[in-house]
Amino acid sequence: MEARSGYCEIEHTADWELHVWAADMPALLEQAARGMYALMRAHPAPGGERQGREFILPFVDRESLLVDFLSELLFLTEEENLLFDEYHLNLDAERLHARVVGAPLASLAKEIKAVTFHRLAVCETARGLEVNVVFDV
Amino acid sequence: MVQLVNLKRISDYEWEIPASYRQDMRVPVRIFVSEKLLKEALRDKSLEQAVNAATLPGLVGHVVVMPDMHQGYGFPIGGVAATRYPDGVISPGSIGYDINCGVRLLASQIPYEEAAPYMDDLASALNRYCPSGVGKGGRLKLSEKELDRLCVEGARWALSKGYATPQDLRRTEEGGQLKGADPGKVSARAKKRGLPQIGTLGAGNHFIEVDIIEEIYHPQAAEAMWLREGHLALQIHCGSRGFGHQICSDYVRQFQGAVKRYGIQLPDRELVCAPMNSPEGEAYLAAMRCAANYAFVNRQVLAHWARQAFEEALAGKVANPFLHQVYDIAHNMGKIETHEVEGRRMKVCVHRKGATRAFGPGFEGLPEEYRAIGQPVLVPGSMGTASWVLVGTEGSMARSFGSTCHGAGRVMSRRKAKKQIWGEDLRAELEASGVRVRAGSLAGLAEEAPQAYKDVDAVVETVAGAGIARKVARLRPVAVVKG
Repeated sequence: MEARSGYCEIEHTADWELHVWAADMPALLEQAARGMYALMRAHPAPGGERQGREFILPFVDRESLLVDFLSELLFLTEEENLLFDEYHLNLDAERLHARVVGAPLASLAKEIKAVTFHRLAVCETARGLEVNVVFDV
Repeated sequence: MVQLVNLKRISDYEWEIPASYRQDMRVPVRIFVSEKLLKEALRDKSLEQAVNAATLPGLVGHVVVMPDMHQGYGFPIGGVAATRYPDGVISPGSIGYDINCGVRLLASQIPYEEAAPYMDDLASALNRYCPSGVGKGGRLKLSEKELDRLCVEGARWALSKGYATPQDLRRTEEGGQLKGADPGKVSARAKKRGLPQIGTLGAGNHFIEVDIIEEIYHPQAAEAMWLREGHLALQIHCGSRGFGHQICSDYVRQFQGAVKRYGIQLPDRELVCAPMNSPEGEAYLAAMRCAANYAFVNRQVLAHWARQAFEEALAGKVANPFLHQVYDIAHNMGKIETHEVEGRRMKVCVHRKGATRAFGPGFEGLPEEYRAIGQPVLVPGSMGTASWVLVGTEGSMARSFGSTCHGAGRVMSRRKAKKQIWGEDLRAELEASGVRVRAGSLAGLAEEAPQAYKDVDAVVETVAGAGIARKVARLRPVAVVKG
């Protein structure tokens, strides 16, 4: 049986593209984040101290929120060398309150330059929500 | 999807998608490509993306696509689009996240035979002197105030700090300094990311490569550039690092609202844009120029350290280890230039994304020694394959907004490359063929394997055949440093 939420990589000539699906928007954000870190081949340091970070993002539309959320994680990862694997996401009509928890990075094989809006459309389907995200690498 | 039947053949190397192909196109798409490369390109979405780019408000002439085209995000890689200044639009995503990603070529008076016994030492010294890798910080420690100065002064900042010679600046596009940069239009986050990364190569497809000048095709131009057959040269390919990525991300995000305010309808949100004479457009241009100047400094500082590496590895072993600058050129940039469009001289903003400026002979902005031959164009290949030095022509000025190709162009996805190519095997193959490899990541190396790219010689044959560049010299790699 297919998982209720998840991600898979899609062929793209030059960049990276992820297909992500989940029951609702917070779960979609979480799966997209997990997929992004998988593409980057990011691994936490064994026994590294768990650390949490909190941030708030405006909810203008689903696509902008997805780009903002992933961009925020990329920034935190680059600046603080942290890999997040625990997501507490609370979304209301106006904003996302995010608390993410992770550990220091042991290794990161690939760099993502940016999360793009290319053909970005969060669609409602029988599975809930689905989206394809293209990353510039 | 665009198909062969939708294209009109103009010549062996030129095709067109008429503006009638889709109702929302404002101008046709002109493609410089051989039939063989075109058939390859039709397998991905590059031409569909070029059609989308042809819907930008204020476009003039036609959208141009180069033979090294491939699918990108929003605007295709290998695309050129000119919008009327000042009321046409500027589109950050149509320039790209790596603002002023470009190539610098330095050349030497070192015959390869003299240096051959020391090539391993040279590759290791380059790897040691020039920081590379994912998110790695560099050796320069700057204050925010100093970064602001660097953003405004560009390569002149590097000159003032002893990282450049006056000749380096003369032989850099725009002298290494775009006027009109305003650090006040750059976010605090971009500055935070940019501060530690100045003077670093990064990862991905960026590299430093030592080459042999294998064959000269245009002796007069080669003489002007001091290129000698059999001598060593060095290429540096990189851009504006996290600084430029963040500036582009910030403005693509802000322009999501701008398109609504200006009533602009687009087929793809990555193409978002604003009129150049709007507050949003002016702010982006000022910020983009900061990133462009940052990238000029980045390549300049790396060139300085590469010279030190040559000195360390080769001093006392070869007659003269000095590297002189041939040229430094951007291939992701938006520039205000004057071009002739439908018989009328006009100011336009030329968006080049994965396309190189290629101004022909006589252009005033060129150093005196290049004015008769045209602007040098640097076309890096992929590891293990050739790179090329070309010059711009009258044809590029007349037909492609003074632009030509920028590289080989990807043909295989990174996913497929990772599956088909083992980094360890690739390194062994390259070493066996005489290319020393210093790579931070073997998986990253595999993604950039020569098999993942088009045949750069076929790309160059196409632009030369189409008359939008002329061949000067072919280079062969002997050492590669990658993050």
